[in-house]
Amino acid sequence: MSLIHVTIDGIPVEVEKGATILEAAGLAGVNIPTLCHIKSLMPDGSCRICTVEIENRGRTRLDTACSAHCAEGDQIQTRSEAVVSARRGILDMLLSNHPTNCFSCPSNGSCKLQDLCYEYGVKETSCPGEMSQLPVDDSNPFFTYDPNLCILCHRCVNTCHKIVGCGAIDTMERGFDSVISPPFGLPWRESSCESCGNCVAACPTGALTSKRRWNYRPWQVEKKVLTTCPHCAVGCQYYLLVNGEGRIVDTEAYHGPSNRGLLCVKGRSGSFDFVQSPERLKYPLIKNKQTGKFERATWDEALDLVASKFMELKKQYGPDSLAGFACSRSPNEDCYMLQKMVRTCFSTNNTDNCARVCHSASVAGLAMTLGSGAMTNPIADITQRPDVIMLVGSNPEEAHPVVGMQIRQAVQRGCKLIVVDPRDIGLAKQADIHLKLRPGTNVAFANGIMNVILSEGLEDKDFIAQRTEGFEQLRDIVKEYTPERVAEICHIDAEDLRAAALLYARADRAPIIYCLGVTEHSTGTEGVMSMSNMAMLVGKLGREGCGVNPLRGQNNVQGACDMGCMPGDYPGYQKVDKPEVWEKFEKAWGVPLSHKPGLHATDVFPAAIEGKIKGLFIFGEDPVVTDPDTSHVIKALESLDFFVLQELFMTETAQYADVILPGASYAEKEGVFSNTERRQCRVRKAVNSPGEARLDTDIFIDLMNRMGYPQPHLTAAEIYDEIASVTPSFGGMSHARLDAGEYLQWPCPSKDHPGTPILHVGKFSRGLGWFYPAEYVPSAELPDSEYPFILSTGRILYHYNTRAMTGKTQGLMEIEGSSFIEVNEKDAVRLGIANGDKVKVSSRRGSITSVARVGAKVSPGETWMPFHFPDGNPNWITNAALDKYARIPEYKVCAIRLEKA
Amino acid sequence: MLDQSYFSKADGLIARYGKKSSAIIPVLEDIQEEYRYIPRELLTYVADMLGVKESKAYSIATFYKNFSFEPKGKYVIKVCDGTACHVRHSAPILAAMQKELGLSEKKHTTDDMLFTVETVSCLGACGLAPTLTVNDEVHPKMDPEKAVALLRELRGAGV
Repeated sequence: MSLIHVTIDGIPVEVEKGATILEAAGLAGVNIPTLCHIKSLMPDGSCRICTVEIENRGRTRLDTACSAHCAEGDQIQTRSEAVVSARRGILDMLLSNHPTNCFSCPSNGSCKLQDLCYEYGVKETSCPGEMSQLPVDDSNPFFTYDPNLCILCHRCVNTCHKIVGCGAIDTMERGFDSVISPPFGLPWRESSCESCGNCVAACPTGALTSKRRWNYRPWQVEKKVLTTCPHCAVGCQYYLLVNGEGRIVDTEAYHGPSNRGLLCVKGRSGSFDFVQSPERLKYPLIKNKQTGKFERATWDEALDLVASKFMELKKQYGPDSLAGFACSRSPNEDCYMLQKMVRTCFSTNNTDNCARVCHSASVAGLAMTLGSGAMTNPIADITQRPDVIMLVGSNPEEAHPVVGMQIRQAVQRGCKLIVVDPRDIGLAKQADIHLKLRPGTNVAFANGIMNVILSEGLEDKDFIAQRTEGFEQLRDIVKEYTPERVAEICHIDAEDLRAAALLYARADRAPIIYCLGVTEHSTGTEGVMSMSNMAMLVGKLGREGCGVNPLRGQNNVQGACDMGCMPGDYPGYQKVDKPEVWEKFEKAWGVPLSHKPGLHATDVFPAAIEGKIKGLFIFGEDPVVTDPDTSHVIKALESLDFFVLQELFMTETAQYADVILPGASYAEKEGVFSNTERRQCRVRKAVNSPGEARLDTDIFIDLMNRMGYPQPHLTAAEIYDEIASVTPSFGGMSHARLDAGEYLQWPCPSKDHPGTPILHVGKFSRGLGWFYPAEYVPSAELPDSEYPFILSTGRILYHYNTRAMTGKTQGLMEIEGSSFIEVNEKDAVRLGIANGDKVKVSSRRGSITSVARVGAKVSPGETWMPFHFPDGNPNWITNAALDKYARIPEYKVCAIRLEKA
Repeated sequence: MLDQSYFSKADGLIARYGKKSSAIIPVLEDIQEEYRYIPRELLTYVADMLGVKESKAYSIATFYKNFSFEPKGKYVIKVCDGTACHVRHSAPILAAMQKELGLSEKKHTTDDMLFTVETVSCLGACGLAPTLTVNDEVHPKMDPEKAVALLRELRGAGV
């Protein structure tokens, strides 16, 4: 391609045809001021401040650098007299409708308009006159819009529409009356605004300001700590802003590989109030057996009691009477030490993490069919490259919002979208095809898709022949799943199913992205394997813009699995029952280890009731809230001889503990989260822990020593080195590499290995990919005359799981603070239930009350509830039916009855 | 709740102009012409059907002066206040009409929904200045008396 030659302030630059002057200046290292420009978007060209002087063939003109393309021979001046004069004029005009009482503006000190006026010596406007006198919109709990400070640069609008893809706001009216607003002049709080605050971050003035800014000035920020968001597994990179008093005052997005400068409402606004909550546990607590009350204890008392009690139980009932669960919200180092403690000191493999109740089916299923139980492709790859996205049982706009934003960008760019989901989720509206299938029918759906692909001859025969096994058996099964039969099982249209199959199969690049709608079933693992079946059938694996991509739930649920917090696996999915594996770990850790797989978390509770499990150590889980069939979980905890909980808060589960150990939050420690892409994301210490709360790794290490295992005290970096030394897929990783700016994705076996963005390139981890012959099996509990509705549970945008963290942010509670149940309007009419009515929701396991949200989001006969709220937590009624492989409970389908309360 | 017939009307227009985002302006124009305003619920409906964000649709509807969320009168009178008409005394014409109808800068439509009086920047008929239009019919070389007489004539016809 021919290059264009220009000079910027005399500096020669070569650029490609089509490059703007702003881009050329970037190459020359010359800074041109901008107000409205957003790098990744088409130029807006509205603020004019990037005006430069261009001389070519004897002619001179002024133009905006953001939108003017370079022409051969352009001599561009960015600070000539004419340019400076033009910019002064522009600032003068902006100030003609912008007050200069900067003292009272929250953006004082971080306002681009203020900085430019200062730089160009513009103190006031030379054209005083009428100024906007519009009401300030203070309705959003997290930010304020003051239209009188707005310079109409449209950065917020462009961010909202083109980057976030929400489109809640736009420029309304015309000329002097122009104002940024939601439609019909609605308050922001009542609009479709998702409160993500990316518009606020984009605003160059004080028009859109975070309410946090009323509590600090930019110069009071003592340090900015780059770390990883602690909510979902997207692994957004951001800064925690810490003031001189050692308190976190705000957040700021960083351009990380998975979030590219974006944050959602939880990350930006709900990720540190909990850290500084007065409700944090500050001291070890021991329950007084007489009074049943918790009493403050010293660390020595608590640790001595915990160590001696577990060793006593081990002696009396054997190692397998003990179990320890890891926290999938804690870094890899913490998870590693927890499972090491369970394996070396308890001498059992009874360890697990809460992936058991979210994506254990993905870990098990994809390990069986492909060899690696993880997302195959990176987020950027599956949102920027595909022609078609097949989204199954996943509502990323709410559960993985920053991935949701990137999928919306993909759709805007023309990528086709197939949504397979029982609800009218936000993305269903933008989808080319929405298969609104009945919950629990994923296997039938996938078999139907494959039936169409095979009958149309669209399968990838070479891929099947060279890289897979088990095809014939699968082919014989899916033969029976004609579109008509599947349409009947799934309650969808056969033609839509056909169209979806053709769209997916014919696309060059098409990832399957799925989530808990696939896994949380009694046939969850088979659902997962059906996803890999579909992808293998059309050879969409091991390639860019393709793959099978489970969006993992919690920030480090991938890592907790990677770290061996699973009953059958050591770190890196090395099987506990393989002699070469246990021999290696016995050598590395210096003690004999159990050679048989342990119990899954969901099997530990029944075992406790049966008296087989006597002592339980839970690190950062709240199963009383999160696990299905709450009464059963409580009964199990009450059956234990000794129960220790390491936590940040006095949770529901904590009430049943004998000892509570206060741990450290993510903002108080060093470590690494593995995000959903298998990417290693650093977590860095920003503030000190409250009271006597301690680093979780230190607590484990002290306990290990007290239980007779000589574990030296190690820093997080040293623990990570130990992980690398025993885990081949982590062999080349270290904090040093990550701190140098690498965001490595496992496998990364050696120091010179760049990590593996895409799995299964050329060869599956398993060798040959296996087509699992999955037959559709109905859910364990189907509706009947007594319990005629299906209930599914899930997550909403504004909260994370138990709400232990997000519930501490007042603004999130203001937006969504209590339980609700989505009911179809036809059912509601029949039952005499109106929108907002209190309803009684009952299943065979119990009943709760909630508030009806009546509409068409769910199909007739189906209902849906979020699981965040203690007033009407659906886990009192969900079914603990378990998947045969992964032991994951069927949260997505149970039978309920609805009545007006 | 808007009558179902409005949505059927919108469906027909969407079918005519195509279910694509670029159809938003012609569809809104026809709705404006049919009902003399754009019912808010219908804007939301049309935006949704065409895959246009509601905020974008509202932005469009408030940008163009032709669109109105308030029902306009049976006779929409546009008094030209372009340069040529202005220097030929269009302002007194507007004032006379507003006075006759009890309208103002803020109130453009009579309570009986017969008249809407608004200004327009230029009708492009400068040779006929000062001019105004009644439902797109041009009335050239006006003065306050002729304008008031026109209103009375229309009122007679309209009742």
